[in-house]
Amino acid sequence: MSRHVISRTAYFIVFGLLLVLLAATVLVAMIPLGDWSVAVALSIAALKAALIILYFMHVRHSPELVQVFSVAGFVWLALLFVFLFSDYLTRYDVTPLTG
Amino acid sequence: MSTTPTHLAPQFDDAEQQQLAATLGMWAFLATEVLFFGGMFAGYGVYRAWYPPTWADASRHLDLLLGTVNTAVLLTSSLTVALAVHAAQTGSRKGVVRNLSLTILFGAAFLGVKAYEYWHKWHEHHVPGATFEWHEASPSGPAELFFSFYFVMTGFHALHMVIGLGILAWLIVQARRDRFDAEYYTPVEMTGLYWHFVDIVWVFLFPLLYLIDRT
Repeated sequence: MSRHVISRTAYFIVFGLLLVLLAATVLVAMIPLGDWSVAVALSIAALKAALIILYFMHVRHSPELVQVFSVAGFVWLALLFVFLFSDYLTRYDVTPLTG
Repeated sequence: MSTTPTHLAPQFDDAEQQQLAATLGMWAFLATEVLFFGGMFAGYGVYRAWYPPTWADASRHLDLLLGTVNTAVLLTSSLTVALAVHAAQTGSRKGVVRNLSLTILFGAAFLGVKAYEYWHKWHEHHVPGATFEWHEASPSGPAELFFSFYFVMTGFHALHMVIGLGILAWLIVQARRDRFDAEYYTPVEMTGLYWHFVDIVWVFLFPLLYLIDRT
């Protein structure tokens, strides 16, 4: 079987990047960014997830069919989020009762 | 074909096809897992949008240091499971057993810290239900809701880890019985995919639960 083998060095580099991103997400949470802080936090989390999926989970070097499968779940999740929050986040008053 | 590998099931043409089928099946399962956790993240998003100040208050009651350390511990366990797959690919049985053992160690450490956090929350009366107490200026109902999401989401995440630890222990037994080699190590690789997925769930849970507002 000819399979792509990612080197141990590459795994350690990805791991190092993940730790740097972890530090970044904690530090940036201490800076007052208002509504942007959740966007930044989610962007960093998405970057970490991408590193894990592409390298630790080998998707970057997998057959295209596997790549399509790996994206599928997130595509359906995106549908859920887009339609759910196009409602909840655009109401003129989203605060019911006390909050 | 001169020799048929013993691990090849009759419905497959060759080992490569069998391995691809297993990988696709695993990713299909993980897609259902993405949607399972995704529903909870969606509910989280709606209520956080409804009660921003109270949820920020409640989030500050989680231990930032323990949460950060635990995230690092879980990322390390992802590294060791990736190294276990690498060892399997290169036919190192010792490397497989060592790295799987390290993964169990880090996974157990994560659950230990989580258990301590739960215990601490119980003592602070931050577990939703009859014993819940809230002494901040913000209203108690939305705060209790935050902790409901905290316990359900981290609880399901921890349950996935407990299952993962069981599978890892089984893999070590199989590896010691010489069931894997450089040609066949699919169970090690599939377990790796599962473990990384559980790690990804935490990568999103950590900032959403612990880091709402730390300014």
